[in-house]
Amino acid sequence: MTRLPAQRSTVALKFLMAVTGLIMVGYLLLHMYGNLKVFAGQEALDDYSHHLRTLGQPYLPFGGALWIIRVLLLASIIGHAYAAVMLWRRNRKAAGFVGGKRYHSPRGSRGIQRSYASFTLRWGGVVILLFVIYHLLHLTGNQIHPGGASDSPYERLVNGFEIWWVVLSYTIALLAVGLHLWHGVWSALTTLGANHSGTRVGSRLTPLSWIVAGVITIGFLIPPWAILLGIVD
Amino acid sequence: MNMALDFHVVGDEIRDTAAPAGPIEKRWDEHRAHMNLVNPANRRKLSVIMVGTGLAGASAAATLGEAGYHVKAFCYQDSPRRAHSIAAQGGINAAKNYRNDGDSIYRLFYDTVKGGDFRARESNVYRLAQVSVNIIDQCVAQGVPFAREYGGLLDNRSFGGVQVSRTFYARGQTGQQLLIGAYQALERQIGLGTVEMNTRHEMLELIMVPDADGTERARGIIVRDMVTGDIETHLADAVVLATGGYGNVFFLSTNAMGSNVTATWRAHRKGAYFANPCYTQIHPTCIPVSGDYQSKLTLMSESLRNDGRIWVPKKAGDDRLPSDIPEDERDYYLERIYPAFGNLVPRDIASRAAKYQCDAGKGVGPGGLGVFLDFAEAIERLGRPAVEAKYGNLFDMYARITGEDPYTQPMRIYPAVHYTMGGLWVDYDLQSNLTGLFVAGEANFSDHGANRLGASALMQGLADGYFVLPYTLANYLSHAPYEKVPEDHPRVVEAQQAVEERVQKLLSINGTRTVDSFHKELGQIMWDYCGMERTEEGLIKAIQMIRDLKAEFWSNVKVTGEAEEFNQTLERANRVGDFFELGELMCIDALNRRESCGGHFRGESQTEDGEALRHDDEFAYVAAWEFADSQPILHKEPLEYEYVEMKARSYK
Amino acid sequence: MKITVRVWRQKNAESKGEMVTYGLEDVSEHMSFLEMLDVLNEQLTLAGDEPVAFDSDCREGICGTCGVVINGIPHGPEVTTTCQLHMRTFHDGDVIDIEPWRAGAFPVVKDLVVDRGAFDRIIQAGGYITAPTGSAPEANNIAVPKEDADHAFEAATCIGCGACVAACPNGSAMLFTAAKITHLGLLPQGQPERDSRVLGMVEQMDFEGFGGCTNIGECTAACPKGIPLDVISHLYRDMRNALTKA
Ligand SMILES: Cc1cc2nc3c(=O)[nH]c(=O)nc-3n(C[C@H](O)[C@H](O)[C@H](O)COP(=O)(O)OP(=O)(O)OC[C@H]3O[C@@H](n4cnc5c(N)ncnc54)[C@H](O)[C@@H]3O)c2cc1C
Ligand code: HEM
Ligand code: HEM
Ligand code: SF4
Ligand code: F3S
Ligand code: FES
Repeated sequence: MTRLPAQRSTVALKFLMAVTGLIMVGYLLLHMYGNLKVFAGQEALDDYSHHLRTLGQPYLPFGGALWIIRVLLLASIIGHAYAAVMLWRRNRKAAGFVGGKRYHSPRGSRGIQRSYASFTLRWGGVVILLFVIYHLLHLTGNQIHPGGASDSPYERLVNGFEIWWVVLSYTIALLAVGLHLWHGVWSALTTLGANHSGTRVGSRLTPLSWIVAGVITIGFLIPPWAILLGIVD
Repeated sequence: MNMALDFHVVGDEIRDTAAPAGPIEKRWDEHRAHMNLVNPANRRKLSVIMVGTGLAGASAAATLGEAGYHVKAFCYQDSPRRAHSIAAQGGINAAKNYRNDGDSIYRLFYDTVKGGDFRARESNVYRLAQVSVNIIDQCVAQGVPFAREYGGLLDNRSFGGVQVSRTFYARGQTGQQLLIGAYQALERQIGLGTVEMNTRHEMLELIMVPDADGTERARGIIVRDMVTGDIETHLADAVVLATGGYGNVFFLSTNAMGSNVTATWRAHRKGAYFANPCYTQIHPTCIPVSGDYQSKLTLMSESLRNDGRIWVPKKAGDDRLPSDIPEDERDYYLERIYPAFGNLVPRDIASRAAKYQCDAGKGVGPGGLGVFLDFAEAIERLGRPAVEAKYGNLFDMYARITGEDPYTQPMRIYPAVHYTMGGLWVDYDLQSNLTGLFVAGEANFSDHGANRLGASALMQGLADGYFVLPYTLANYLSHAPYEKVPEDHPRVVEAQQAVEERVQKLLSINGTRTVDSFHKELGQIMWDYCGMERTEEGLIKAIQMIRDLKAEFWSNVKVTGEAEEFNQTLERANRVGDFFELGELMCIDALNRRESCGGHFRGESQTEDGEALRHDDEFAYVAAWEFADSQPILHKEPLEYEYVEMKARSYK
Repeated sequence: MKITVRVWRQKNAESKGEMVTYGLEDVSEHMSFLEMLDVLNEQLTLAGDEPVAFDSDCREGICGTCGVVINGIPHGPEVTTTCQLHMRTFHDGDVIDIEPWRAGAFPVVKDLVVDRGAFDRIIQAGGYITAPTGSAPEANNIAVPKEDADHAFEAATCIGCGACVAACPNGSAMLFTAAKITHLGLLPQGQPERDSRVLGMVEQMDFEGFGGCTNIGECTAACPKGIPLDVISHLYRDMRNALTKA
């Protein structure tokens, strides 16, 4: 093994992970806010969608701000995934498995953040990635259009979410997002040095991360279920 | 009739020829001023072997490495951070007088000489008190997190029955923090390449090689790589032993499982004098033995005696629950016998008093080996929260080990072997009688006389390592480098073969008894006859028993496994083999010293009311023993006191 | 009580190991866990078998030498060192699994003994304050606020046992490393080397093959000294500062 400089250390990768993760969290909060406009009716949402594209005009061309966001998001997801894969590979080796498992005993778990969420980070991440691709094809590119294609984002939405399995797929994805963030937000803030709690019971960051995870999951899930249940049509 | 003489012969008197004269305050400075120095450019070419990296060894190795010497260090643990120094709880003394309570270098010096029952050298102890001040500075600079007051300055407490507050501490983990400080300095040097660290390497032999002019010099050691079993030779210009104490000869002691006498004993067999081997310190507040599987004893801080009251039932064999024994059927024997000091009498006195109660059948707990240390009154007086704040961690430790709750029932305590004042004889420069062999820390006999005061072992270890050895060793090395010793030098080959043969011998016996069973039996003999009270009859009996047991060991021990592998049974067998010989010498030394002083109490030498009785006219000397196959040779080093007057210690 | 133990037996670093089952008839509840292993070893030796190799020294919970994974938990079910765990924690008839620390950076030496030399090398890479002997100023020249001193002390109580690594699902040495960085970083004496310390130690930690930390906190839960998790945040802060300055 060669000795890598600190700039390329596991800790530096974690910084990358945390920063990109939080950028994406920020985007999701905005995105969720936008989605909730579905309750304000077709016009509001379509306006909003249009507004996104005209943001910054005339300084930016049509869609310019959106493209900046897209580039930032793309960079984030690439950075995030890169770091995730690098760390993942390394950590498996570091844990010292023998013949497929580490300890013969079923482990008693006592950790502060050791939870279902922290262990589903990686697979959860993969689920999210697959979802994003599917989701982009569906609602941004409109290459797949369950329930019928349309130029109006509002209609695309409503058309899609009237179908139960589309809602189900979004629900699964959002649960994955929720779990990811449940640990992720806490972890990212800790990584960035914000955790000052020395106690075994965790810290003030813990409720914060639950709230963020909860708001995002529920906030995103309201529109599809509202459509499915016919509250919005 | 002096039976002792059947067991040894008396050789020439010896003197500490390195000791400077003149006013005591100036001795060390003057001595240093006249030492030879080594040109920095030459230091790299000079090599030192450092066996042991506890407080003494790690601090010395780090300092020598820093100075530019090439140091090869060894320890038997997997890291230098685990040396037994880590277990010291109470604190470290220094004559800083931060409390403005009248402390001074002179007072620390005086207390230490008196505490040692006037069996230590004045010059050495004075130097110790002098450098104590620098030790604290050094440790703080390294980041040792000593306890502090709200103003941010260092806190002190009083410890071990002295009247001033001069003990620096880091909660109950002072030894740990000091060792980690020294360890970090050492690791830094290892990283820089000046010190070459060999962990899991145990020294099994010393190599003495004559110069062209015939001077025998310590030039190397044979070690066993404890992981691979390889027997390796290491050569250098000087050898330092900082291998700690030998309390484990008793099997049960507060020492770490691996603490051993092998390094110093091997040197002793090569000619180094072993001084005052019978001086052992028995600590009164340890958790009693709970069964025959017991592997070691745990010390409870002495501070418990500040508030706890010690008692036993008045009636022998009273096995009622302590809570069922009414006040007037309890005997608070320390308060009764020593009204002035009560429960705070010095360690040796408290230990012996507990033994007498148990011998009289009044002991409590399993086997009747224990006395109560009761906090009921303190809890009533101070309230439980206050007691918890002060002693909580100790109570928790007690509860963890015994499964009993010390808040609701009295603790049980019993004395246990804790520290060994004896060790290899060294002069003022810490050089043994073998040229080029230096000894530091608990492994030497130097500064504590017949009894060590609390919080002064850490002080001595660091004084030796940081501030004494680096000077005196440099002085010695100023004549080096010595002729290179070829790896096939007859002395090297001989030492190597001796080790290999011993290993093979141990593995080939294949008897029926385990190593531990021998060690336990030896320990019991030592405890019964060479423990808190020694008598001529008992010691003579013990010597015979040890000889028999040793003979049985070498014909009936079972050592499993092979030489060329990680083999813990072999390691232990090898150490126990040396403990037999040491145990015998301890008994012989105890037999010879027909007086009671400090940790050594001879039943025949007591005052009418049972207190220790010294015989300064006859025994004011260091007993330095030279190894001989049949009868060891006693060399006496007379002790002279110019600055303190020898008095009887009294605590009544 | 009667106890059955299943112990990891592995002759040396190269060989493959396996779990082997042994029965113990007369276990006293007052025995420490290691004394129970001592009894087992006496039994094995007399039967002509190889005793189980395990590390211990002080048996007081302070040297950090001991440490095995008991029923999947480093140092066993109580928050203490293996040597301070007592058999009264277990019950008659229990089956106890005993395994060595598992981590890529802690190769097994034999049976339950592992090589933790990597920890020493992490310290070599910066876990110290450069204070050559004799150069120290008067100790009370620099006051250290009691709160900082206490906090530093808390971090400094790490005994270097390695349980944190054995517990961490990523085999990360973050808690150990961060404890040292926190200890020295909170003291005025530790400031001059604060940046180089964290850079050096983190580089070494990676170099030794420890995993990255995902802030799981299993390490703190297993730590016999209760080293708090915020030391890791302290490390991240120091690292952030050091990297942005560089
Ligand atoms: C429980 C307890 C509490 C104590 N509390 C206090 C206190 O509060 N204050 C105080 O002043 N003193 C105290 N003491 C005494 C003090 O801790 C010791 O005397 C002192 O630490 C000894 O330091 P050392 O460096 O000489 O030896 P150690 O720390 O014992 O180091 C010995 C070194 O030698 C090595 N070694 C040994 N044999 C070999 C060999 N054959 N080959 C290679 N290496 C070898 C070991 O690996 C180790 O590195 C206490 C002692 C005990 C047991
Ligand atoms: C019910 C939940 C969701 C709904 C209704 C929804 C809806 C939409 C819609 C309508 C668009 C198209 C916007 C436009 O092109 O104007 C879009 C884009 C996008 N969505 Fe979602 N979305 C949901 C959940 C998510 C989730 C969970 C993620 C990420 C994890 C996500 C990431 C994105 C991304 C990256 C884009 C593309 C932005 C761009 O480049 O234009 N969405 N979403
Ligand atoms: C491409 C798909 C994704 C993958 C593979 C993935 C994977 C991971 C993994 C493995 C971690 C833990 C890393 C570690 O702590 O070592 C992690 C952390 C995190 N992820 Fe993701 N993730 C993905 C997408 C996302 C998205 C879309 C978001 C935000 C909405 C996000 C936010 C976070 C946050 C905040 C963290 C915590 C960072 C930290 O621990 O410092 N991730 N991710
Ligand atoms: S942090 Fe805790 S578990 Fe890790 S080495 Fe230190 S004491 Fe052991
Ligand atoms: S369990 Fe491991 S992931 Fe980090 S917080 Fe502890 S090192
Ligand atoms: S043996 Fe020292 S901590 Fe357990």
